[in-house]
Amino acid sequence: MPDERIPFATHAEHTVLGADEIVLNMGPQHPSTHGVLRVKLRLDGEKVIGSECVIGYLHRGVEKIAEHRTYTQFAPYVDRMDYVAAVSNGLGYCEAVEKLLGAEAPPRARVIRTILTELQRIASHLFWLGTHALDIGALTPLFYCLREREEILKIFEKFCGARLTTHAFRIGGLQYEAYDELESDVERFCKPFDKRVDEYESLLTENRIWVGRTKGIGILTAKEAIDYGASGPVLRASGVKWDIRKAMPYAAYDQYKFEIPTGKNGDTYDRYIVRMEEMRQSRLICLQAIENIPAGPIMGKVGKVLKPPPGEVYHAIEAPKGELGYYIISDGTTQPYRVRIRPPSLINLEAFDKMIRGHLVADVVAIIGTLDIVLGEVDR
Amino acid sequence: MVNDPEEKQPPASSPTDPSAPKTPAAGGEPASAPPAAPAAPAPPAAAKPPAPPAAAGAGAKPPAAPAAPAVGAKPPAAPRPPAPPAAPKEGPVALENDLVKRYKEKFGPAILEAWTDRKQAILVVARELLAEIAIYSRDDEKFDWLSDLTAVDWPKREKRFDVVLNMYSMEKNKRLRLKVHASADERVPSVQGIWSTANWMEREVYDMFGVIFEGHPDLKRILLPDEWQGYPLRKDYDILTQDTAWVRENLGIESGQ
Repeated sequence: MPDERIPFATHAEHTVLGADEIVLNMGPQHPSTHGVLRVKLRLDGEKVIGSECVIGYLHRGVEKIAEHRTYTQFAPYVDRMDYVAAVSNGLGYCEAVEKLLGAEAPPRARVIRTILTELQRIASHLFWLGTHALDIGALTPLFYCLREREEILKIFEKFCGARLTTHAFRIGGLQYEAYDELESDVERFCKPFDKRVDEYESLLTENRIWVGRTKGIGILTAKEAIDYGASGPVLRASGVKWDIRKAMPYAAYDQYKFEIPTGKNGDTYDRYIVRMEEMRQSRLICLQAIENIPAGPIMGKVGKVLKPPPGEVYHAIEAPKGELGYYIISDGTTQPYRVRIRPPSLINLEAFDKMIRGHLVADVVAIIGTLDIVLGEVDR
Repeated sequence: MVNDPEEKQPPASSPTDPSAPKTPAAGGEPASAPPAAPAAPAPPAAAKPPAPPAAAGAGAKPPAAPAAPAVGAKPPAAPRPPAPPAAPKEGPVALENDLVKRYKEKFGPAILEAWTDRKQAILVVARELLAEIAIYSRDDEKFDWLSDLTAVDWPKREKRFDVVLNMYSMEKNKRLRLKVHASADERVPSVQGIWSTANWMEREVYDMFGVIFEGHPDLKRILLPDEWQGYPLRKDYDILTQDTAWVRENLGIESGQ
């Protein structure tokens, strides 16, 4: 089986296909590619022996736009990258610019940021679970997942007025004071949520079809995962216990106790288990955080006009999909000289070819699903 | 405020930086990495502040030069050269610690500059030795996880591109940034064989900046269509001309603006 890193083009376009081989095009308009991903598959019967991802259909030049906006103006753009986890994107950007400025958000803002970001992680994982299960053929979880996700979006809406592209934070802290019932709303959502996760698991974890479709599919060993720069649940399912929230704590994560779930086999099933466990851990973080939200200001000391001193910074956070990094260079003016966004979806997708080889066409949707990509972030 | 990209670039990295003993390496042949005992200590002190444009640096090969920057050096640099930047204000601070020492012992003049910015370590290395230094970083220094590879365009510099590698070590829980300088027609060694993840990142840098990576197996555009003209993230990229050309060709009108 060809497993060496021969690019697809050399296979399909410059060599003659074998007698049993065909090239199958999937996407960009395909319901299970989660957006506009196009995959070229080289098949031997049902078996995938090579693949190439064609991306860029959603490219909007976000990094170029950043060079023509002020630091403040650019903040809402990052919400539109990973649009099912806009809060996390905003957190990463705001913290990166704060680092560049040498400013810090006050404790109250940091705790509220943590709560909202963890809720966003749950929402993102719920959306992933619903659509992933739907791709593989389990319709029911989608309804349950979106039901719970709706509760989270309602909290976001109450907090900042938006549900999807929230722009919840500001550089230096928060624009909005938390509304009065934030704690009780979060508590009302989180208290019974572990039962909900059990409920999803009862539909899938021991379901023979689910297990058959996910166990042993798309294996990525720890060594390969590191080689491919995978991060987030994809990395952890391969057994690497690494989470930026623990390794390099940001926001208020150093104040809370939580576990880093890991898998053993690095297959689609393990990634599912890891994400389910992560939802439980996020719930615990939220519950700890609402116990004690410090009083005080919500905005740190940053000027109205942001002019970071010349220099550069790389700041990464643990977004729901993995390491979301911002590499920002300041030239001392009000606009960034360069903004580079390290998108977890793109880098995780890179391992797709490695994971799919030797599996069947039907597993393509399982592996795309398990990578939890959002094309807005892949293409930026 | 400084408006010129040249000047706000952390002073240490100014392309014409006269830290003479090392600078020639950028264009020259540092292939062999001599221990370079005397050369090593000199530059960090010099590396920090030679803000003076020092245009002469380009040709400066005689190792006598280190004296020059020292003269022009800002006084504050001397008092606090060590790594822990207790610096009052954010900004680049020359870096001299064990890590840098090990790199310098191994690669000598190929390590051009070292400084920290916002407490993050940055090494500028010779372009020709990037692959060797990357292998050393991965295997010996355990920076085994390449988190990001990107580029920055400084059009006014002689070597206009910085290719930037952000490495992370899970074992040490540390990040390290490697930079190489390259002019528009210079090729940068690919690190795709060292970290598979660099494959798409290098394609993206090629797509957006037009930097060619030597040894990349499949260097082609990744986000933009194959027939795209120009490299959008270059500072001199002219979007209006491109737009007008596209509108003329595809819509048959003079301008879409």
